[in-house]
Amino acid sequence: MNPTRTWAATALLALSLTACGGPAASPDATGAADEDAPSTAAATAADSFGVTDPWVKAATADDGMTAVFGEITNGSDAEVTIVSASHDAADTVELHEVVTEGADSTMREKDGGFVVPAGGGLPLEPGADHIMLMDLTRDLEPGDETTVTVEFSDGSTAEFTAPVKEYAGANEEYEGGGHGDGGH
Amino acid sequence: MPERGAGAGPLSRRRLILGGAAGLGAAGIAGAAAATWAGRSEGGPDPAADPPLHGSRTVPFHGPHQAGVETPPQAHGTFVALDLGPEVDVEGVRRLMRLLSDDAARLARGEPALADTEPELAEVPARLTTTFGFGRGLVERVDPGAVPDWLEPLPEFGHDRLDAAWGEADLLVQVCADDPLTVSHAVRMLLKDARAFTRPRWTQSGFRRAHGSQPDGTTMRNLMGQVDGTVNPEPGTADFEHLVWGGGGPAWLEGGTGLVIRRIATHLDTWDELDRPAREAVIGRRLDSGAPLTGASEHDEVDLAAVDATGLTVVPAFAHVRRAVTGDPEERIFRRAYNYDMRGTGGEEAGLLFAAFQADPVRQFVPIQRSLDELDLLNEWVTAVGSAVFAVPPGCEEGGYVGQSLLEG
Repeated sequence: MNPTRTWAATALLALSLTACGGPAASPDATGAADEDAPSTAAATAADSFGVTDPWVKAATADDGMTAVFGEITNGSDAEVTIVSASHDAADTVELHEVVTEGADSTMREKDGGFVVPAGGGLPLEPGADHIMLMDLTRDLEPGDETTVTVEFSDGSTAEFTAPVKEYAGANEEYEGGGHGDGGH
Repeated sequence: MPERGAGAGPLSRRRLILGGAAGLGAAGIAGAAAATWAGRSEGGPDPAADPPLHGSRTVPFHGPHQAGVETPPQAHGTFVALDLGPEVDVEGVRRLMRLLSDDAARLARGEPALADTEPELAEVPARLTTTFGFGRGLVERVDPGAVPDWLEPLPEFGHDRLDAAWGEADLLVQVCADDPLTVSHAVRMLLKDARAFTRPRWTQSGFRRAHGSQPDGTTMRNLMGQVDGTVNPEPGTADFEHLVWGGGGPAWLEGGTGLVIRRIATHLDTWDELDRPAREAVIGRRLDSGAPLTGASEHDEVDLAAVDATGLTVVPAFAHVRRAVTGDPEERIFRRAYNYDMRGTGGEEAGLLFAAFQADPVRQFVPIQRSLDELDLLNEWVTAVGSAVFAVPPGCEEGGYVGQSLLEG
């Protein structure tokens, strides 16, 4: 079984939990919009947001940049789009994709953001789509719990916490400058 | 420790029945059931009638006690000892144990760890357990007032030839499974997450018979050919509860225990010089069945008073089984050892990774070892070359981590 299939299966489980538990049932996700929105079904994109197994690659402020991974899930019957993200230790946060040509992988901002299909998921993985944290203002150390906020095209936002893990991969070159330039 | 099949394939009635039998740990029953079903299957072999693969079996990580103590010993075990970096503070230890506990919980379920670069290697849990032990250095760094009295190097015994390279460390990780590739992957994953906090001190890997080679519950044999571990408290009994989980230490260790790991080199070349009667006299047990020299089967109680026709005791004064019993029922331990051998590029070292769990090593293990040290003839062929003591914290619940009671107590 390949990892994508494993994660997809996990996402389906997360979705069924979401369906049973109402909005933002995923334990890692907080529909920030819930606080002031009535609890009508799928009132906002954030209400249908979930994330499974999120994590952040450890990095120092000197490294300057790092990335957020995990499986984004959409528990609603309508496609949702993440248009931006933010993190308190990153002055700049971008939504990235990785384009591979031959042996070279380059990451760049993804046009139109992250589209999460209705009732489906979007894997954020090293070598694929990810949330890029740039211009880091402090170290993100292994074992830290760190909070990431995502914003949807309807203006709603959701946040989730993710553990920081040491990771040797996810070193793609950034089209807008060399990897690691962000903090220098 | 409860076990269940991870249920990889489509569920069928046959599979459920067979899975249930295997879950009871009764290989014989599973085999019989498989034969019955095979006999009934129409048109050739039915894959669903095969006994479930043991690679899918899991042991839960979460629970009041850590797994890997009561768990029937898996075929392979690796012990990794780590020292904390000088800069790691209490918060650092907390972050470390959160990461390692999460890895251990996921891998035990047969799932990849978070950020696992070889997720396919995690798909065969094979009863993987990860057990953490805290050395004195770790507990002191967190809270000097929380160190159990017994958490210190054992007193030196006359026959020991200890090499500090196999000695005390801050953190012990015991990884066991019925598949050596599973153990290797789990160890590597855990070490990757420990790297930012620790440096490796030593690693010792050992083995028993492969899973399925013999009926479950068969007492292991060591490389000297002896049945090793016959008299052992039975997990799940009040006796075990008292001797292993009995507490009496600091509150954070309630539900935990103590671990003694000794690397015991065996001198197989000189052991080879002994004929079987002499070998049996050294231990006080028969080599074939493991039965005491005064009995007929392995689990017969040793009769230390029995004398032969000449009036001499059947079990000699120097015999290991005689010396290993002090007469005080409190002075007993739970053994969970593995064999090891190293040949490498020349020379040979073989022996036993002696792992013993007991609530208080000083009160329970030390008197036994003193008695063995004084007289046991087996000392001629075995030498402890490594020794370390760890406090094994209680288990944790889902969402928690091992060591929480110390680190947040």
